[in-house]
Formats: sequence, C-alpha cells, structure tokens
Amino acid sequence: MSGLVRVFRSSVGAKALMALTGLGLLGFVVAHMLGNLQIFAGPEKLNAYAATLQHMGPGLWVARAGLLALLLVHVGTAHHLVRANRAARPVPYAGKKDIATTFAARTMWMTGIVVLAFVAYHLAHFTLHVMNPEFSQWQDAAQRHDVYRMVVEGFRVWWVSAIYCVAQFLLGVHISHGASSAFQTLGVRHPRLAFLKHGFGPLVAIVIVLGNLSIPLAVLAGLVGKQGV
Amino acid sequence: MRFTLKVWRQAGPDAPGAMQSYEVDGITPETSFLEMIDLLNERLIAEGKDPIAFEHDCREGICGMCSMVIDGVPHSPERAVTTCQVHMRSFRDGDEIHVEPFRARAFPVLRDLVVDRGALDRIIEAGGYVSVKTGGTPDANLIPVAHADAERAMDAASCIGCGACVAACPNASAMLFTAAKVAHLAHLPQGQVERAQRVRAMVEQMDAEGFGNCTNHYECMAACPKEIDVEFIALMNRDYLKASLAADDA
Repeated sequence: MSGLVRVFRSSVGAKALMALTGLGLLGFVVAHMLGNLQIFAGPEKLNAYAATLQHMGPGLWVARAGLLALLLVHVGTAHHLVRANRAARPVPYAGKKDIATTFAARTMWMTGIVVLAFVAYHLAHFTLHVMNPEFSQWQDAAQRHDVYRMVVEGFRVWWVSAIYCVAQFLLGVHISHGASSAFQTLGVRHPRLAFLKHGFGPLVAIVIVLGNLSIPLAVLAGLVGKQGV
Repeated sequence: MRFTLKVWRQAGPDAPGAMQSYEVDGITPETSFLEMIDLLNERLIAEGKDPIAFEHDCREGICGMCSMVIDGVPHSPERAVTTCQVHMRSFRDGDEIHVEPFRARAFPVLRDLVVDRGALDRIIEAGGYVSVKTGGTPDANLIPVAHADAERAMDAASCIGCGACVAACPNASAMLFTAAKVAHLAHLPQGQVERAQRVRAMVEQMDAEGFGNCTNHYECMAACPKEIDVEFIALMNRDYLKASLAADDA
C-alpha cells in the first residue's frame, strides 16, 4: 500500500491521478448533460427521469460518494501540484514569453476554482433548494417532484441564467485543456489515437457548453416551459 | 548595428541580482550572440569591470552548454537553435534585448547567466545507461533494430541536455529532458533489461531535484533547440506507471 501511495505522490503518478479523476468527472458531466437535455422532451420525461434517479436507494448514495471522492482527489492533487510547481521556480523571469501554451492551459487552476464554486452554487440551487425552499414543494400530476417547473422557473431569473452561462463557459475552457491533457498524461501514444490528445478536449468542451447552455437559453427564449407552468 | 542589452548580473549564488543595462555598438550582422557578449566583455575588462559570466563550449550547437533566456525564450525566440547559433542579423538595429539565466529551483544561479545544471546529470546517473559486458568490440548490427525504432531512438538521443525545456516550462519541469533520455534507451533492445528500473529511478531522481510537474503546456518542445517531441513524455508516463504498478514491483 505504501508503495502505491509513493507512486501517486510522484510527479508522473500525481498527474495520472489528476487525469483519471478528471476523466471520471468528465464522464459525470456528460451523463448529467444528457440526462438534463430530456427537458426538451417535456415535463413527463424529465420528471420521470429525476424520479428514477431519486429511487435508486443506496445506489444513489454510492454514486454521490464516488463523485465526491473523485472531486476530493482531483482538487487535493491539484492543490499539491500547483504548490509544487510554484516552488519549482522561486525567482520569476523578468520577462517570459509564452510560445506554445494556451489560455486554457495557463488558467487551469483558476477555471477549476470557479467551476468548484459553481458546483457548490448549483447544488444549493437545484438540489438543496437553499435559495428557493418552495422548489421542494412542487409536485406534478403524478405526485413526483416537479423538476421541470423548478428548472424553468429557476432559469427565468435572468441573472441566475447568466451565472450558469459564465460557469459553463469556464467549465468548457477547463475541459478543453484537461480532457486532451489526460490522455497525454496517461501515456496514450498510438498515432491513430493522436486525436484524443489534441482535438478531443476542445471538441468535447464545445459539445458540453452548447448542450448545457441550450437549457437556460431555451427557457429565457420561451422555447421551454411556455404553456406548462 | 547598435543594441541595448539588459543583462541579469549576480555576483554569486547567494548574492542579490538585478538587470543591468549595457550599450553595444559597431556590431556586424554576422556576429553571433555570444561573440557580441565577448566583445562587450572585452570592453568591460578594459574598463576594469567584471565581465558577464556565461557558459559556452563548442559554439556549434551540439554541446548543450549555452544557457540563457533571450527576450523571454530559452536560447532566443528563433526556433530550434542554441544560443551560440543565434546571430545578430536576427535582431533589428537599435533593439533592446533582455538576457536572463535559466530560472528553476533545481538550476541555482552560480553567477550572472551561469546556472548549475548538475541536477540533469544526477537524473542520468540514476538510470540513463545500459549495463553491458565489456570485452571485444561486438560486430556492428549484430543485434537487429527495426528502422522505425532506430529513428525514434535517435530522435530522442538528439537531446543535448541543455535544460531549455526546464527554463521554458511554466512549472520548471524536467519531463522533456528525462523523457528523452528514458525514450532513447526504451526504443533499443539494449535498453530493455533495465527499462522498468530505469524509468522509476530517473523519475524519482527528477522529483527529488525539485523540478515542477508537467501540465502539458508543450512550451518545452517549442523551446527545444533539438525539437524533442512531447510524445516521449507520453512514453515515459506510460513506462513509469507500468513499471510502478506491475505485479513484479520490487
């Protein structure tokens, strides 16, 4: 066991840990987006999907614990790596010119912190209903939690939607570097898989940003929730 | 040609340093960057001042000794060259040129532009070798090597160990250097026996030297005078994880 800890404390091992947990979280983000896009299929579909998730029983808590573990390891390792990287150059350059890096790569820790704060806000908003306790009371005709109405009314507040849009954009920036970077870190080398290390990150980031933004934008545009609520 | 040089001056490892300004004039375009500093140093010596200390040896781009950051880029903004191969024709008359030493905790400044790159030597000592039986000279091509492997091994082996990758990396990581050395031997049959042990020992030494961690900015490859490919970092990552997590882990 101590051998394993030593591996994941090494530079290469810690990076592998970042990559694996990052890809795990990316998987969640994609699944979350696909689930939520069911809002376009109407209240019945979305509320039924939400009820299915809620009735997973212990499975729900296993999934939540797994996600929390991924998040903690990802954030904890990032903290360790950022500190080590800062310490590796105690005297800064008077003038350093970047020639190959990207905006996304240089801002990973900043976009990461904003996304983390957004996740906390998002959970408080739609899961814990901190700002809108009335969300918990809403039920549809089948006595299920009316997630559809909650999302529609939640996003009708323009500044709430604005927060979501900004956060999604930054999440996209984070993923555009992270998702490609992960495959380099995990040692993907075959020329046929080169796409994973270059185009994959930006592509999956664009899909996620567009997919997630479509929901608040559709609500604000009146395309979703026009007649129902 | 005439230039204003802003050069990092530091009397010793623990002395405080600062950028100092020098005017140089009458430089011909075909003068190399190091020759320009030579000319400036002759003047400084004549004036009874300390010349600017910098490292150099072969001055033909293969020894890896020259090590300075010129206008924010290791070896100069020109692509795929060492400092000694940079000529003043690459600059415009009247330019202000900034010259700094390679910056990394693992590369302490000894004086002016001279840094101690012994950390790279210690990474090599940790495993960048193959054990062979001494004796009579073996026949050439006795061990078959696939052409593609020979080419890739040679690509990796073209690393001259100058440390520009460390200097360019936003995290002062030595992964490109270490990866080139690991990959060079990993591509050849002679390197297989110690392959697992080598990558673990070299990565451990690299970490112990206080280099940062790779975050895939790829600044190293862009600054490398030999254009070593970051593909080798992927190879090192894979070899290290395989060697460390394999069942026969010693």
